[in-house]
This record gives sequence, structure tokens and C-alpha cells, in this order.
Amino acid sequence: MIYLQLLWVFVKIGVLGFGGGYAMLSLIQHEVVEHYAWMTTTEFADMVAISQMTPGPISINLATYVGYTTAGFGGSLLASFALCLPSIIMVYFILKLFMSKKNNTLMSNMLKGLKPAIAGLIFAAGLSMMNLQNFPDFGNGQSNISVIICVVGFVASYFFKANPILLIVLSGAVGLLVY
Amino acid sequence: MKKSFQLFWSFFKIGAFTLGGGYAMLSMVEKVVVDQKKWIPNEEFWDMIAVVQSLPGVFAVNTALYVGHRVAGTKGAFATMLGAIIPSIVIILLLATVFREYREQPVVERIFKGIRPCVVALILAPSLRMIKSAKVTWKTAIIPIVTVFLIWWLKISPAYVILAAIVGSLVYAILINKKTKNKEAKS
Repeated sequence: MIYLQLLWVFVKIGVLGFGGGYAMLSLIQHEVVEHYAWMTTTEFADMVAISQMTPGPISINLATYVGYTTAGFGGSLLASFALCLPSIIMVYFILKLFMSKKNNTLMSNMLKGLKPAIAGLIFAAGLSMMNLQNFPDFGNGQSNISVIICVVGFVASYFFKANPILLIVLSGAVGLLVY
Repeated sequence: MKKSFQLFWSFFKIGAFTLGGGYAMLSMVEKVVVDQKKWIPNEEFWDMIAVVQSLPGVFAVNTALYVGHRVAGTKGAFATMLGAIIPSIVIILLLATVFREYREQPVVERIFKGIRPCVVALILAPSLRMIKSAKVTWKTAIIPIVTVFLIWWLKISPAYVILAAIVGSLVYAILINKKTKNKEAKS
């Protein structure tokens, strides 16, 4: 049963995963944390950090981890393969179709229209991770250091395009020092 | 067979050593596939990337599959795909066993307590950057706002929201196509 669920979830993400790694990460977050509760929200945040710091596509890293924690070694292979399955089918059937100029402009125009929705999807994933599990010291009379880390991290990433790995290492160091 | 192995090994090295996701990998792929091995001519490579970028799925995997398929057919496609994902799978499996063992350690817990809010920031920032690059105006700002409302507030599955957005965007793209065609016909 768990194998079927993994297959279904990751094939679905492979089909609907338009717009790059963060869009897929948001889909994975919804399915894995909110829908199936295979992972806690903190475990998911930890895995995103680890995936960022290790080589390879984030979504493959997450699929492998989710598969492993829910169904062991076989589950990890199944989840990663399921994520690639739609792409394998596409390389045979769809890619040729889109290599024609007309269809390619159609496709990239579609993606242009899709982009604002994908941005909303990613933002929603970020919002649903803003909870007391990930921000345990949030609140009146508390230190609120987690909020400071988040704001500083956001400013550094959005305005100064800081390297995400550097930001993760620095915030880890802050955590070690203050908690 | 030799070519398939070469393909596998090239993508294995790229998969094992590139940090920072799909686009960081792209320049490595170009260097190997276009410059060094001369498997695909430069122009065709970038035409192909333009198509692959608008497809769903893992960008690195899509790129690998296309290059492999173009150079050595089905065998090549599987060689490059496996090369691209095996390093990730191995590294994560190793880390997962270690991480689950040491997660509860106070030192590890303190480090990750600091990291989690940063991860939230690292997810929010690209979404706003995407809004900027998509040139969202005050009028079209309704799209991301409604998306956030549906997913975050009403807890509607993002799968349905994306499906609806795909249908909407497809209609939009077809209309644009028609418009440019009409323009071309007039001029």
C-alpha cells in the first residue's frame, strides 16, 4: 500500500512539477507533510537544508529521503524512480512534439502564464512552514531569535542574493550559539 | 555500450559534484556535452534547453534524458538519467541513516533549530523573485494571491490548483498565438 502511495504521489509531482526545484519542493511539502504526514514539518525543513547542501537535484534528494523513511531502501528507489517516470515518457513522446517552433512558443507562453501561480504555490509552502515547530521561540516575552534569523535570511537571500549554503551554515552556527 | 558508459560517467560526475540545483549543473553539462565530447552542436543544445525548461519534472533529469536519448537512444537515455540521480540517492541514503541516528543529539538539535527559520526564508525569497521575473502587475497580482489563499488558507491540494492554472495558461497561450498570427497575416 505504501509503495502504491509513494508511486502515485511522486508520479503526480513529476507531472505537475512545472517551474523548477522550489515548485516541486512545495508540492512535496504539501503531499508529504500535510496530506500523508510521512514527515513532520521540522524534519522536512531539516531535509530541505540537507538537500541544499548536498549535490544533486533537491527534489530527487527529498524523494529519496521520503521513500527511505516510509518504506526503507526499496521505497527510496521507488520514490526517486516515480519522480523521473513522467520525464522518461516525455522524452519519447512529447519532446519531439515540442521541438517544433510553433508548439515551443505555445509551451513557453503557457509557462509565462503559469509562473504567477507557481510563485503563489511556493509562497504558500513557505507560509505553511511558519509554525511553532519551526519557530519555537516565537511569541510575547520570548527571545524571537528564530524570527530574526528568518528575516535576516530573507533579506540576505532576496536583496543580496546570498549563497543559500552559506546562509544555512551561518544560521546553524547561530542556533548552536544561542539555543 | 562504450558510449553509454561514457554518458553515464559524465552525468555521474556532474551529479556528484554540482551544488546549487539545475542551473548550476547546466554549465557543467554544456562544457562536457558541447565543448569536450562534441556530442551535440552548440545551437541545438540551447534550443533543446529552451524546450526542456518549459517541461514539468526535474530539470536535471530532463536534460540528462534528452542528451542521452539524442546521443545514444534508449540505452543512452537510461545511462544519463541513472548517472544524474545515483549520486543523489547514494548520498541521501548515507546521510539519512546518520541523520536519523543523531537527530536527537542536543548539539544537532540546536544547529537545526537555527537552520529551520532560515529554510523558510529560503523558500519565501524565490517565490517573490519569481513574481518579479514574471512581471506581475497590480492587475495580475490576483493570481498569486488567489493561489496562496486556496492552498494555504483553504488547504486545497496544490495539484488541483496547478491543474486549473495549466488550463488557464494554455488558453492564454493559445490566444497569444492567435494574436501574433493575426498580426503576421495583416503585415
